[in-house]
Amino acid sequence: MKHYLAHVTITLRKSILDVQGKTVENALHTLHMPALSNVRIGKHVELDVHAPDKETARELVDDACKKLLTNPVMEDYSVDIREPNNNGQLS
Amino acid sequence: MRIGVVTFPGSNCDADARHAAAVSGNESVQLWHKDATLAPDLDVIILPGGFSYGDYLRTGAIARFSPIMKEVIRFANEGGMVIGICNGFQILCEAGLLPGALIRNANQQFVCRDVYLKVENNTTAFTHATTVGSILRIPIAHGDGRYVASEETLNELESNKRVLYRYVDPTGKRTPSANPNGSTNDVAGIINAHGNVMGMMPHPERAMEKALGSADGATVFESLAMHAHRVAEGIA
Repeated sequence: MKHYLAHVTITLRKSILDVQGKTVENALHTLHMPALSNVRIGKHVELDVHAPDKETARELVDDACKKLLTNPVMEDYSVDIREPNNNGQLS
Repeated sequence: MRIGVVTFPGSNCDADARHAAAVSGNESVQLWHKDATLAPDLDVIILPGGFSYGDYLRTGAIARFSPIMKEVIRFANEGGMVIGICNGFQILCEAGLLPGALIRNANQQFVCRDVYLKVENNTTAFTHATTVGSILRIPIAHGDGRYVASEETLNELESNKRVLYRYVDPTGKRTPSANPNGSTNDVAGIINAHGNVMGMMPHPERAMEKALGSADGATVFESLAMHAHRVAEGIA
């Protein structure tokens, strides 16, 4: 078994108005930063995965996303699986 | 009727729901989230309001996997009557017993006030005791009550009259200010295709006695009693 670190990024689906993002965008514009727009605020989940290979690790996390971590009615997600570096450390 | 009320960690309307059962002349029994079996002979199960599991991850997302939910889902699939109120509605959506989802209120605020609901369909077990177009005054108290669903789901709900309640103003008009959370199509409550699972954001159990403001929530319990009577008589 290998040890991986998964980074899951969850955002509201594009079709759903991200009210939090919209509010922050308005605040940025109030702070005179008109160059910044389309703010989207989501969630970031990190988790350790023990799996024989990277592909299996991705499948396990994908399953977790579908069952619990996200709700496909309102959210999209992406998964990034990281392997340990030469010192055996994950980041 | 015998009404089971589930208590999840973080439920805070379970006692209100049992009180509502009592004042409407029904027997009630507490169901514990960790239980793997239901109390026997239940006619109705209520998933009450509150903040189950602190609303962590998403509202209802963790409660939906409580041991008792397996039995609630089985009960619903066998035709048992299930009501989800507020957080209970969110749990039913997460569990897939009702379509769609409930997201943060459009105005980003927790809204706690009385709202007016228009009854859109009185042919269901939950609305028999009303008439189409009746205006009910019932309180809401939520931060995540904005109903969303795919266009396909919304079309299906609308064309099959599965939206039971809509937010309106006191005269029955649909206006932006009458909708407290930005809910799509002003949806306040919906029912499943089979007609035995209903979810609503407003709290009927908090509107059971005129002396406390409104007794309009009692229509839900009266409707269920009428339905149970009809079933017993072999009419429905």
